Amino acid sequence: MGLVNAAVKTTQLRKIYPAPSSKRSPGGKSPAASAGAGAGAKRPGVVALEGLDLEIAEGELFGLLGPNGAGKTTTIGILTTRVRPTSGDAVVAGADVTREAVLVRRRIGVVPQRPNPDRNLNARENLVFHAAYFGIPLRTANARARELLEKLGIADKGDSKVDQLSGGQQQRLMLARALIHQPEILFLDEPTVGLDPHGRLAVWEVLRELHQQGRTIVMSTHNMEEADRLGDRLAIVDHGKLLAVDAPDKLKARAPGGTLIQLSLDGEASAVVQLASALPGVFRAEASNAALHAYSDRGGELIPALIRAAEQSGRTVKDIHLSPPSLETLFISMTGRKLD
Amino acid sequence: MTATAEKVHAQPPGAGKVFYALLLRDLMVNRRELPYFLLRTTLQPLLFTLVFGFLLPKMSFVGRAYSAALMPGILAMSLALSSMQSVTLPMVIDFATNALEDRLLAPASIRVVALEKIAMGILQGLAAALFVLPVARLVMGPIDGLTLSHGIEIAAVAVLGAATFSALGLLLGTAISPQQIGLVFSAIIGPMMFFGCVYYPWTGLAAVPVLKYAVLINPMVYVAEGLRGSLTPAMPHMGLAAVLAALVLLTGLFCALGLRSFERRSIA
Repeated sequence: MGLVNAAVKTTQLRKIYPAPSSKRSPGGKSPAASAGAGAGAKRPGVVALEGLDLEIAEGELFGLLGPNGAGKTTTIGILTTRVRPTSGDAVVAGADVTREAVLVRRRIGVVPQRPNPDRNLNARENLVFHAAYFGIPLRTANARARELLEKLGIADKGDSKVDQLSGGQQQRLMLARALIHQPEILFLDEPTVGLDPHGRLAVWEVLRELHQQGRTIVMSTHNMEEADRLGDRLAIVDHGKLLAVDAPDKLKARAPGGTLIQLSLDGEASAVVQLASALPGVFRAEASNAALHAYSDRGGELIPALIRAAEQSGRTVKDIHLSPPSLETLFISMTGRKLD
Repeated sequence: MTATAEKVHAQPPGAGKVFYALLLRDLMVNRRELPYFLLRTTLQPLLFTLVFGFLLPKMSFVGRAYSAALMPGILAMSLALSSMQSVTLPMVIDFATNALEDRLLAPASIRVVALEKIAMGILQGLAAALFVLPVARLVMGPIDGLTLSHGIEIAAVAVLGAATFSALGLLLGTAISPQQIGLVFSAIIGPMMFFGCVYYPWTGLAAVPVLKYAVLINPMVYVAEGLRGSLTPAMPHMGLAAVLAALVLLTGLFCALGLRSFERRSIA
């Protein structure tokens, strides 16, 4: 059981954030902090991860796929030592994330969800100083910074203040920063959110190249295309739980057959489920708030019948969306939600 | 933890190296901003010097002896407040924008990042004091009893005072939000200055005994009195041993609270 060379392994990982009310008064005001923390621990709190077991092999390009709030960012946060797990274990590059956080940090590179460069430094200095924090000599750091800026298409921005870089350029700078100390494992938290198509392709290309060089890459995303095109294996997570993990093709094969017809209604869709599932050609119908998800083996032909079913149940159809079997339809069948 | 743990990892830096790299970063950023830094931290002390150390004596509202009481106080204020501000202000902003992340990902204990901030605060406090001292002396003219002959005592009070306020700056920087910065200035710095024995010697408070003991919770008192005792030893002042002991204690307390608060903010 288990991979011989696991780059990442989590066991029953749980994270419960303190309830928002206790988080608003951060323990810092003065000695009262300890009392505040004790009281906060008893409150229910927000469950972000609910017993996550993951195993990622060395050299894998692994995607964490899930909607907002699924626990992707918390997972990446724990694996990169920035979030303390409530319980469970996580081992990254051979070191425990809580007990050996310094060792973990030495071996990983992190690309955050939103660019967070050091705004007091220019683009090149961001890279050179980050390298210095990892003990890389200045000469080597300068050479690598030049190379990375070049490769990521921002060579002309080296001496610019980071505020003068566009969002996409800043994100590429973050990628360069995560790579300058040549980490064993690269973590990216939704790296292409907010990038234009051109920037997205540039990032994908770099990731593919790193992957070919054997680097382990762990990436969270809610972009189906990104997950499908890049990932060796994908984990589908929602509500802090692992729903499925496999290669994209195998996952797609698991998607319920037929076309997914999504109807947006003007009220709770549950009222329509019974009539809809009884229609010939519909082999499954589910309600998710005001959305009705019907899986049809006759493509869009069933649309008029579904609209009638909705109207007979006292609902009006406001929007219709058709999707062929894909990761997206699998995802919706598993979580009842769309990704965005 | 088997195969990967035995891998050879290139030149792992120790905590000292990380600390040094962080310090280099701050030194470079601060050198670029030196004019703003001096303006921000020394303008107010120098204006006080001009009014209370030059204008009022010139108008004969206060005697020349007042300059001797004021000088160490003004110096203490510059030292303490610039130490504190240079830690607090960037930290509040860095936490709000998450810009500290590249340093929090450095391969060292999170505490190294916080301790480097304290070290940088000490350096900035000392820089402000070194700038204010000659300028204030220039503005005030000769000051009775001012001597630099107790160099070790001056240095001890200055370094410990800067450390106390840098550590306090760390605690505040991790505890407040950007919206509360204004509040810190009016609610914390204000009383600290006016009840910090900056403008009058502590022994003078014998006139109001309640105040004389109440102000002892104010760390500024020890910096001002310590500088009085070492710069103008002939003037009335608090005992140096008590001052140094209080500063060591306060530094330890603020460091402990500040580091704990910093870790809480850094790791969710």
